[in-house]
Amino acid sequence: MTTDTKPPAGATGAGRGAAPPPGGAPSPGRLRRLFGPAALFLLPALLFLAVFLAYPAVYSLVRSFFDGPGDQFVGLDNYQRMFTDDRTFTAIRNTGIWVLVAPALVTGLGLILAVLTERIRWATAFRILLFMPMAISLFASGIIFRLVYDENPDRGVVNAAIVTVHDTFRSPSEYPGARPREDGPLAADPALGGYTTADAHTPGEVVALPLVGVRPGDLPEQAAPAALPDGSPDTLQGVVWLDAALGGEVDGIDSGENGMPRITVEALDASGAVAATATTGDDGRFLLADLPEGEYTLHLAGANFAEPFNGLTWLGPSLVTPVIISAWVWIMTGFAITFIAAGLAAIPRDALEAARVDGATEWQVFRKVTVPLLGPLLLVVFVTLVINVLKIFDLVFVIAPGSVQADASVIALQMWQVSFGAGGNQGLGSALVVLLLVLVLPIMYFNIRRFRKERS
Amino acid sequence: MSTSPTPRPGAHGGTPAGAPGPRRARTRPGAGGPHRAPAVTAAALATVLAATACGGGGSASADLDAVTLEIVGPWAGAEQEAFEKVLDLFESQTGATVTYSGVGDELSTVLQTRIQGGDVPDVALIPQPGLIQTFAAEGDLVPLDDNVTAAVDENMAAAWREIGSVDGQAYGVYLKVTNKSLVWFNNDLFEETGAQTPETWDEFTQLSADLSEVGVDPLSVAGADGWVLTDWFENVYLQVAGPEKYDQLSEREIPWTDPSVQEALEVLAQVWGDETLLTGGTSGTLQTDFPTSVTNVFADDPSAAMVVGADFIGGVVSSSTNAGVGDQAQHFRFPYIAGEQDSVVVAGDAAVAMSDGEATMELLTFLASPEAAQEWAVQGGFVSPNRHLAADAYPDPLTGQVAEQIVSAGDSIRFDLSDLQPAAFGATVGDGMWQALQDFLGDTEDVEGTMERLEAEAAEAHGE
Repeated sequence: MTTDTKPPAGATGAGRGAAPPPGGAPSPGRLRRLFGPAALFLLPALLFLAVFLAYPAVYSLVRSFFDGPGDQFVGLDNYQRMFTDDRTFTAIRNTGIWVLVAPALVTGLGLILAVLTERIRWATAFRILLFMPMAISLFASGIIFRLVYDENPDRGVVNAAIVTVHDTFRSPSEYPGARPREDGPLAADPALGGYTTADAHTPGEVVALPLVGVRPGDLPEQAAPAALPDGSPDTLQGVVWLDAALGGEVDGIDSGENGMPRITVEALDASGAVAATATTGDDGRFLLADLPEGEYTLHLAGANFAEPFNGLTWLGPSLVTPVIISAWVWIMTGFAITFIAAGLAAIPRDALEAARVDGATEWQVFRKVTVPLLGPLLLVVFVTLVINVLKIFDLVFVIAPGSVQADASVIALQMWQVSFGAGGNQGLGSALVVLLLVLVLPIMYFNIRRFRKERS
Repeated sequence: MSTSPTPRPGAHGGTPAGAPGPRRARTRPGAGGPHRAPAVTAAALATVLAATACGGGGSASADLDAVTLEIVGPWAGAEQEAFEKVLDLFESQTGATVTYSGVGDELSTVLQTRIQGGDVPDVALIPQPGLIQTFAAEGDLVPLDDNVTAAVDENMAAAWREIGSVDGQAYGVYLKVTNKSLVWFNNDLFEETGAQTPETWDEFTQLSADLSEVGVDPLSVAGADGWVLTDWFENVYLQVAGPEKYDQLSEREIPWTDPSVQEALEVLAQVWGDETLLTGGTSGTLQTDFPTSVTNVFADDPSAAMVVGADFIGGVVSSSTNAGVGDQAQHFRFPYIAGEQDSVVVAGDAAVAMSDGEATMELLTFLASPEAAQEWAVQGGFVSPNRHLAADAYPDPLTGQVAEQIVSAGDSIRFDLSDLQPAAFGATVGDGMWQALQDFLGDTEDVEGTMERLEAEAAEAHGE
């Protein structure tokens, strides 16, 4: 058939410019003339489709009914395992969250930004800027965002910003991590926070309160060598000092050990009420005066020792999916803007003008004219994004630390993990691929129907 | 050498180590290692000459003139260059021509494809013992002949021959190995605080508590990378339960609910369960990846004093920090827990024969010899299991120590347990041992639950 490139003479004569024979079946010669060259041109494309799309899809389906090594037919076992396995379930759930949140967010943001940038002077420059993330591979973006959301404020810029703001309003404690020794006179106070002496003291005593857990070099500059006060009958005196032990004597003030300045010391009476408050001096000494006779416990307020605020664990199990979605939004918004801006440019100006002349506010123009006119386009963008989201893989793979990857997993990642990552179970992996295909099919159907409608 | 395609642990501080090839990253010290000063002392040479004299295998038969051998292995970059120098030595001794091609991470895929295509290399270098088993079971490997096994027995502890054997039949010659039983520490911090390197687990935990009291976070643990946690577990388990139980656990003769596992987990919990001992606390630890855990200890402003890990941490130190290996960065052996057992957790690459022939066996005999090990040792970034290679043959004393520990542990070396498991259990992000130990780090109270989960996952991965 492929050699038959010369059209039969009779057919040529009948066909040129003439109407088809009314009602009758086309002659075999005419069929060949119609489909011969067409088939010839279609063949390469069909071949490609068959080899690269149809065959793999069918093979995946078949493979999903076999076990890991592919030797044994297991029926629907892989599907059953897929839906009973916790990890896969998490992946399906996460993919659901992605589909619900991400495309709508990007389309909405894209619409708003496109409309807004239309009004400004440097619109093109602005749009180029917003489009730039699209030029970065998802993998590289993932690495960037892994760093952006790093928990350590010294590395992660988000936490650095949060910590800066936080510390502006609440200055960090002076001795984070300082704590008493387990067998020392102080013990953690679950009710008040901070530390309280186990023993009660009476005025006239001198109390030594050693703390550990701070590097000597991290003490404030004015810290001076610690020394026990002499004591006087009516006052409760003492010293709070850094008992740097390694290589030194445990307990007891060694030479070279410094007091801890500016720690708030409270004397609590038997009922737990604060009877007196003092602040330690540079040498760590404090003096609680004007105390009535009685027994008091000493309390070091927790605010002195609070761990520094270090921001949030963005890449922990609970926040990791929203964080990865935010990275994807950053990348894809440029894509949405470009499309929607093009659509905006095509909107007939007179429609907008007419609305404005009729006294519509800008908001009304946007809602009642711009958005409806953009409707079909927004749908195209949205559907494209949904398909894009369903196959999301690299961002999750790169951003989620190993310990939370299972919490952040999505179907495509789970599929890779199961079939190639380590498990090597391509039967189960194929089942996941089929699931992904089934999820994409309705969108495809919808898309095709819409194309048809548009054409008619 | 800086452009080695091999993924190196920690070329960049923030690069996620979960990226492709974490397994390779941990068994491979990587190119551009710290020990790049091939100054061979006269003493070292003398030792080697002596060693060669007693090293087995008649290697100097120069009758392979027309023979061409092909080797396929995972090494690339500086490692490849170093290995090719070793091969040059063989070529000059025998007249044979040997070509090496490094295929990186794709080794198993490449080998499988070539086996299917009927075009096998003569010798392959295989990092995972499991792969040796797979190939041997399918009849793709040629057993070592008597000359080679004699050379292996002469030069290495019997345990190495065992690791390279399948059903009692020897297949692999271990050439380049990794010592995973080390604790790296920041010597500046130790000097500042007056800390002494510990010998036993009690001293180790005491030191950790002491360091914490003087305001230095003692430990940096890469909890985000599951394999780091399995290495911790393996070291503790090998010390607590001993090599025999280790084998039994690995071969599933005892379950993961065995009391020995409980004991090991409880020992681990002494450290993992104490937030004051871990820099960043529990949640920070679970977010820390391997390169960061190293830079935490050796950065200019260190946030922790010690990091447990393999000899290749030295490579990360020299590539990502300003600390000098052997100077500020030093290590001691993983502490003894129950008695003084010189056991060492190791990993390594085995050379296996895929073609039968005198020349192939000759080459393997050579690779088992101390002269081959010596040739690579002086170039640095290499540790040999060869007992006839003296510690001072290495370019720096630190590497010498690493090798000496392996040699002196003799038959108490054990291959990385997670590498001996099916990948679904021993090497999957977010699954199996990795995830179970990460969960355990998050909640060290849950010893029972962790053991049950490990047992269930192991049973599933082993297809029981």
